[in-house]
Amino acid sequence: MSAATKKTDDQQLNRRSFLRVSATAAGGLLLALTLDLPATAQEGGPPNPQQKNYPPDAFVHVRPDGRVIIQVNRLEFGQGVQTALPMILADELDADWSQVVAELAPAADIYKDPVFGIQMVGGSGSIAHSFQQYRELGAKTRAMLVATAAKRWNVAPDQCRTEQSVVHGPNGQSFKYSELAIDASRQPVPATVRLKNPSEFRLVGKKVRRLDSRPKCDGSLKFGLDLDLPGMKVAVVAHPPVFGAKVRSFDDHQARATEGVRDVFEIPVTRGGTGVAIVADKFWTAKRARDLLKIEWDFNGVERADSSELRERYKQLARTAGLKSVARGDAKAIEGIAASNLIVAEYEFQYLPHAPMEPLNTTVRVDGDRAEAWAGSQFQTFDQMAIAEVLGLKPEQVTFHTEMAGGGFGRRAVTDSHVQREAAQIARRLRGTPVKLIWTREDDIRGGYYRPMHVHRVEVGIGADGMPSAWRHVIVGQSLLAGTPFAMMMKDGVDNSSVEGVSDTHYNIPNFNVSVHHPAVNVPVLWWRSVGHTHSAYVMETLIDELAARAKTDPIAYRRKLLKPEAKKLLAALDLLEAKSAAWRRKLPKGHAAGISCHESFGTGVACAVDVSIENKRPKIHRVTVAVDCGIAVNPLTVESQFQAGVGFGLSQLMAKGAITLHDGLVEQRNFDGYVPPYMPDAPVAVDVHIVPSAEAPSGCGEPPVPVISPAVVNALARLTGKRYRSLPLVTVQAD
Amino acid sequence: MAKYQLNINGQRKEVSVDPSTPLLWVLREDLKMTGTKYGCGVSACGACTVHVAGVATRSCMLPISLLGDRPVVTIEAMKDDPVGRVVQDAWVEQDVVQCGYCQSGQIMTAVALLKHTPRPTDTNIDESMGGNICRCATYVRIREAIKVASQKLK
Amino acid sequence: MPRHRVVSLLISTLFFAFGAWVIVSGALGQTRDGRRSAADRAEGLAAWEQVYSVLTHPRCINCHTATNYPQQGDDRQRHFANVIRGPEGKGVPGLNCASCHQESNADSTGVPGGHNWHLAPLSMKWQDVNDNPLSSAAVCRAVTDRSKNGNLDGPGLLKHHEEEALVLWAWNPGRRPDGTMRTLPPLSHAEFVAATRRWVDAGTPCPPGR
Repeated sequence: MSAATKKTDDQQLNRRSFLRVSATAAGGLLLALTLDLPATAQEGGPPNPQQKNYPPDAFVHVRPDGRVIIQVNRLEFGQGVQTALPMILADELDADWSQVVAELAPAADIYKDPVFGIQMVGGSGSIAHSFQQYRELGAKTRAMLVATAAKRWNVAPDQCRTEQSVVHGPNGQSFKYSELAIDASRQPVPATVRLKNPSEFRLVGKKVRRLDSRPKCDGSLKFGLDLDLPGMKVAVVAHPPVFGAKVRSFDDHQARATEGVRDVFEIPVTRGGTGVAIVADKFWTAKRARDLLKIEWDFNGVERADSSELRERYKQLARTAGLKSVARGDAKAIEGIAASNLIVAEYEFQYLPHAPMEPLNTTVRVDGDRAEAWAGSQFQTFDQMAIAEVLGLKPEQVTFHTEMAGGGFGRRAVTDSHVQREAAQIARRLRGTPVKLIWTREDDIRGGYYRPMHVHRVEVGIGADGMPSAWRHVIVGQSLLAGTPFAMMMKDGVDNSSVEGVSDTHYNIPNFNVSVHHPAVNVPVLWWRSVGHTHSAYVMETLIDELAARAKTDPIAYRRKLLKPEAKKLLAALDLLEAKSAAWRRKLPKGHAAGISCHESFGTGVACAVDVSIENKRPKIHRVTVAVDCGIAVNPLTVESQFQAGVGFGLSQLMAKGAITLHDGLVEQRNFDGYVPPYMPDAPVAVDVHIVPSAEAPSGCGEPPVPVISPAVVNALARLTGKRYRSLPLVTVQAD
Repeated sequence: MAKYQLNINGQRKEVSVDPSTPLLWVLREDLKMTGTKYGCGVSACGACTVHVAGVATRSCMLPISLLGDRPVVTIEAMKDDPVGRVVQDAWVEQDVVQCGYCQSGQIMTAVALLKHTPRPTDTNIDESMGGNICRCATYVRIREAIKVASQKLK
Repeated sequence: MPRHRVVSLLISTLFFAFGAWVIVSGALGQTRDGRRSAADRAEGLAAWEQVYSVLTHPRCINCHTATNYPQQGDDRQRHFANVIRGPEGKGVPGLNCASCHQESNADSTGVPGGHNWHLAPLSMKWQDVNDNPLSSAAVCRAVTDRSKNGNLDGPGLLKHHEEEALVLWAWNPGRRPDGTMRTLPPLSHAEFVAATRRWVDAGTPCPPGR
């Protein structure tokens, strides 16, 4: 047989071995199984990632060498899903964990989130939404392997058992999965399959170390920014200093004279603005050339947002009722409360940048009626569509590779795909040449898509029992959803992502009234890890703490009393928190205070206690104890890590320079000298995490750590200073 | 453009680059050594940390013209460095990384600390690691991994 | 009353009026005849004020802090990224001054540099712990105190101002990361050296007060 013929046969066999079936599971789950021919793989040797020819819809790939390749239908950017989803699948598959290799799947319909219906990471849904999906994938693959072995031995499948990638028969026979793979691919995919009882889990619920640790520690792991393709060029864009401004004219004489600069041209950018793209052989050349551009900007008709002006406007708005979110009980009840029993609190929150460590980037190559793109994306299918739209192609003509991303926190889930659109605009001009667009850190800090600025105004009436009897809450902040494809999720003009955490509070408050204003402002805004809970939890948990203090009640006891009985996860978390923190809270050193908070978000209940003192007019956080109820903790090690580090991330908004401010339309910060996220000395010295034992379906752990930490810290500071900190960022802290 | 003879991880390399180019971009683009990361470009995050003549150095702001004949050691050489290997192993054992993008720089800084101060206190760790940003904020585990490595280096 | 008694009375009056600074400046200001005329003194003090205007310029005072960190920029911000003093004023392992600051300015990236970049010792602090510059009198006292200044006498101070690499750097501070030039002290280096010389020749007098 000639090599050419053989190849054709292989291809035919590969096509045949591609089995798919619609399953009955919620969300239109599809199973796909592909199996390699041993001969092909032996000849081919180890797979070459550069030439990875993704089947469009494969999840499991049992290779002849015993390795089990599992496609992860989501971006890995730190949250640990690249380990947890394979754990779930491998557990039901009874695969040998040491042979499991995880890969990030490209953009394709089959990899869409079974609940959200788009391919994405967000809403802390990776495990919550794909737990069942990956279990079924594992179990069905196992069933097909078992059926194959049973047929060979002429025994019933239920006489066989599986362990460590081996099927064992009733009479001591055994086959490795790799020996069964080809025949198994010809088996029908079972429509239904028995899943393990949780007591049978071998991986789920165990502390399993991440699969991506070593390559992230030795520098070998390639992030999107590390991509290197033959002939690749690098681009940077000079963005307008005010969102939406346009290039009136530009002088690129010096820029073009820079050795290594290949092209300079104007491109459209977000909000109807334009910018100037520079394409060069290397980054430093492009960046230097950008510094040499002389651009005249046209600011006509462009609103120049200003933080001070917005603050005043928001505060005025907060004094008027907004769009109704919740109206429970008597709306007028608050007006009958005596001033001595009333707390009136105004809170201010600034714009926050995500500032993921890996600066934003996207690589695109356009070849005729095809294009290929590489990006660390939380919204693969959106970004793929945006690139296709810019290039006048259909989405399926754009191959979109998911690259490992250095953080994101929401910043890589952008409904208008503005970075990918820029990259496509540039690549279109350089047909046939791959171009990597790099946003410098300055582009990122000044580039918008911030957590929106908010003002909350809350009036709380206190009943004779010390509990809140009436609550009127007005929130002012830009909508995240308005003007995006998600706008249809808004109800009567209310963007739930602005009021979540208040409107759905588990505290039992009669006469509860929540409304919201959504001003339109010329600053692009975006979800920032834990979204509305970033500010809503701060307001709720500081006010509840204040109420507890006024009632001279222990802050945990007060919360427990005020929570509705159905808030089972929060109550369980509070109980566990009390048990785990009571000892250290009783013997705090002089000058230290404990702060408490609890909050449920994304279906996960979290309670938190912090040990805080004041050093150099800043909070020093010595210790954090966290209790979490997230249902089944698929990988308790990842859950622990997410909470240990997530509370550190949450401290971002307490940093003295932890905000973005605008003056006359210009962002006042440039880099990590002006916007300063937490460094090690700002983070807690120790965080102990305790997980409520549970057999409930898993809920998210990426975002829920973030909301609880800031209110807990300022609640401790209130005990130390007597002050309630209602405006963030927290510049200095001291007792009078 | 100018030619430079470099000593990178004990190997001689020759590059022809603009003298203003920071060492970071020479490593990443000319030598295709992408383990050293670009995070801020202004020495504020530490993701680009390498060792220059034994000193932990922010490569993003060091123009190649000022490097001279000083040897450069990068994350790619740590697996063969007696301290580097122990630190990497401790990082893996403690499951430190999340997104992992900053960790090359964190490890290079930790190795510099441990080579100078084999038994660091919490204050030593805060001070030496204080210039490296981990946006995921894996600081608790970074601290623990440094202590584990320190124990193993006894 | 013999003339020398008048003088000694005057000296003791000055002593009581102005305090210990007389001893300090007297120790360094010892010259051939052991005494200074009022005119010399006035001129020396005027020269000192010129010297002081340079010492308290951000190019100089940013590394003469009373805290465990240097400052940067004309607004004398705390140095970013938690840069700290360290035991020898050179930072700590992993975060040394030399982690960024080279032997010369790096104008393409905007990092200032000079030989042996480091913080002045705490004994040479010219600020209080709240980052406010010390008074002319207090800086003068510190600068002329041989127990604090590295045991420099008047000529030693002059030489330091004439030749020390990091002093000279203040007049060649290079470009900021945005490409603009860093500001220079209010005097040229030559004027600064000349003022130092006049002050040293006058016996390094220090102004009265705290």
